[in-house]
Amino acid sequence: MDLALAPETLSRWQFGITTVYHFLFVPLTISLAGLTAGLQTAWVRTGKEKYLKATKFWGKLFLINIALGVVTGIVQEFQFGMNWSDYSRFVGDVFGAPLAFEALIAFFFESTFIGLWIFGWDKLPPKIHLACIWMVSIGTILSAYFILAANSWMQHPVGYRIDEVTGRAELTDFWLVLTQNTALAQFFHTMAAAVLTGGAFMAGIAAYHLMRKKHIDSMRLSLRLGLVTLAVGGLLTAVSGDTLGKIMYQQQPMKMSAAEALWEGEEPAPFSLFAVGDVDKGHNVVTVEVPGLLSFLAHNNFTDRVPGINELNAQYQEKYGPGDYRPNIPVAYWGFRWMIGFGMTSFGIGLLGLWLTRRKFLLPHRLRTGEDEVPNLVLTRTKLLSPRLSRLYWRLTLWTLAFPLIASSWGWIFTETGRQPWAVYGVLRTADSVSPGVSQGEVLTSMIVFTLLYAVLAVIEVRLLVKYVKAGPPELTEADLNPPKKIGGDPSDADRPMAFSY
Amino acid sequence: MELHDVWFVLIAVLWTGYFFLEGFDFGVGVLTKLLARDRREKRVLINTIGPVWDGNEVWLLSAGGATFAAFPDWYATLFSGFYLPLLLILVCLIVRGVAFEYRAKRSDDRWQTNWEHAIFWCSLLPAFLWGVAFGNIVHGVAIDADKEYIGGVLDLLNPYALLGGVVTLTLFTFHGTVFVGLKTVGEIRERARKLALRLGAVTAVAALGFLLWTQVDHGRTAGAVLLAVAVLALLAALGAVAKGREGWAFALSGLTIVASVAMLFVSLFPDVMPSTLDPAWSLTAANSASSPYTLKIMTWCAGIATPVVLLYQGWTYWVFRKRIGTHHIAEAH
Repeated sequence: MDLALAPETLSRWQFGITTVYHFLFVPLTISLAGLTAGLQTAWVRTGKEKYLKATKFWGKLFLINIALGVVTGIVQEFQFGMNWSDYSRFVGDVFGAPLAFEALIAFFFESTFIGLWIFGWDKLPPKIHLACIWMVSIGTILSAYFILAANSWMQHPVGYRIDEVTGRAELTDFWLVLTQNTALAQFFHTMAAAVLTGGAFMAGIAAYHLMRKKHIDSMRLSLRLGLVTLAVGGLLTAVSGDTLGKIMYQQQPMKMSAAEALWEGEEPAPFSLFAVGDVDKGHNVVTVEVPGLLSFLAHNNFTDRVPGINELNAQYQEKYGPGDYRPNIPVAYWGFRWMIGFGMTSFGIGLLGLWLTRRKFLLPHRLRTGEDEVPNLVLTRTKLLSPRLSRLYWRLTLWTLAFPLIASSWGWIFTETGRQPWAVYGVLRTADSVSPGVSQGEVLTSMIVFTLLYAVLAVIEVRLLVKYVKAGPPELTEADLNPPKKIGGDPSDADRPMAFSY
Repeated sequence: MELHDVWFVLIAVLWTGYFFLEGFDFGVGVLTKLLARDRREKRVLINTIGPVWDGNEVWLLSAGGATFAAFPDWYATLFSGFYLPLLLILVCLIVRGVAFEYRAKRSDDRWQTNWEHAIFWCSLLPAFLWGVAFGNIVHGVAIDADKEYIGGVLDLLNPYALLGGVVTLTLFTFHGTVFVGLKTVGEIRERARKLALRLGAVTAVAALGFLLWTQVDHGRTAGAVLLAVAVLALLAALGAVAKGREGWAFALSGLTIVASVAMLFVSLFPDVMPSTLDPAWSLTAANSASSPYTLKIMTWCAGIATPVVLLYQGWTYWVFRKRIGTHHIAEAH
């Protein structure tokens, strides 16, 4: 069969498309849930209307986003069985448990309390209503943890044995699966990247409104919250990325050498900034390198040897039998660079923004701005950015909202393709994982259906987001400012229209 | 009783929870075209399930995830074997969820009409297809020695399974109508009552036929008892509807679903997916289960989580206990 259309290839494409798509919504959902909860907490505690306006505004964007996150997540739960039935048979004993935990603990939490939050504005007293969005936030974090523990087991299988009779993997230590360093580091890194994503999203949209001098009270506070979130997220993403990278150098050296297109081992090993020519040809034509940096990334010193792709491939052939154990090198090499590049650029823009809009006590009197003014962008002690540069900065911040999404997509593409040819590293090959009973026509059908459906939904979603972003925070109503005192709504309001209805 | 038998029961419980809960919200989706006369009434219907449909759907994800963990072979054979019908169900669930959330986000007529079509069709199709799927599971399909389904998609559309689809569709719609009677106020409530009487009669005929067919095929005593419970509950639900006892009607239509699903699982046991080619190739609770260690962990998890879920989901229904009518629907938001 034509390899390009083999069920394995198609199933991989389908998994890649549906998963990367799903993950566009995940980090935003995780971080916006937390940020919205934070803003609502500020509203409940201070009673300042700008916080409620901001809560309503970001909450609405959060809901538009989570709607797609939830429905595309359903596919994830079932496509292991649909397209990867041999994988499911082999790993179900180990891999199924965190998935089931995720559904039973996290999904129920998220989905039940999101309903309460959406419809609960006029049905729940403020503190209980607030607790609901925190529950949603906890649900999203738990969900991330369980699914990342499951994925980490594919990256670095632990706490299992191969049963001699059935030939499948069986769980021996669930606690180890949940707490191995791969799981903790991946969780740390993914959560940090989620924070980065939400920060960039918030800062970007706030910048859009401030550039137009609109909705200043709620957007000024959103800008600050967004920039701080962006900076903290960026820093944590870098730190956790370094931790995860070092773990990967021990557990999957091939992935990391592929990330550098390091064909022959070097001591000390340089970090390649970029390579010209074909990184897939077994050598690089031109590379720009930082000496010793790769050794540092791998081993925390500037001198140690880092093995090359060719020698690792030979080692694996000895260990696992004949075959090609190299992942797709250009994808790994460039994916790694896009991940770091886009992620750290957004971090940089966040830091720059924090400096430009710094707090009053760092500014001379005449440059300070009040609560109802667009903050000045102050470059040096006394120098303002020119109007043109100011506009450029606001616009750049707006565009930055997409950068962490691009970065995390490439991060997943890198780490998943970098593990190939393995589905479970060193244990089960991807080629041995597909459903033998599912035909080429069936996979082709589902792949086309999902791709088209997801494309249409993406257009719809982005248009809705743009509409609600442009509309800005809603005007507050009497009902917003007089929340109910009783669970189920106050009796006097029984015939009032619902605060929110579909 | 061994752990894999416990898990057989727990999977049955999760599916029962799913059909009980999403059963009525599928039904409400179907009613948007059967019962509502205008857009405002459609919105009343949709909003009766607004706060809860998402939580209801998680019962499906839990049934799927738990099957993966407790019976990997069952999960693998079922979902790879029923590939195209499952694809259709997934597409419907995706579009349906988005339709609920996005329908009111624009005011133009075409946008809203399109999403309303989506809500109807994407409720109707899964309600039908789940019955077809369970009909096939209980009846047995062509499973070979490697535990793979080797039949085609058309083999799944046999008379018994199709009748199963008719039963789930009508029963869920009936359940939804009864739910609407319980949750609404005004004219629509009265119309829901009348429609429930007619729908209930059709459902009773279809369900009796399907369950009797199942009983003839499997002949379990417990099955006969559950059959009787299901049919009597359905008739009693009809009586309660006629008398205007809406709470009872809903409890009894729910009991019909519980007893019907229980009967299917009782008929299935100890198989989980019988093979029509050779009984030796059937997937059973024993030969498709995970290791005792995994099952033990899962038992702890499900044993603690499920009651807690029932508690807070139950609380949700209590929070939104008030009936809604057309006057509760705001023009725009």
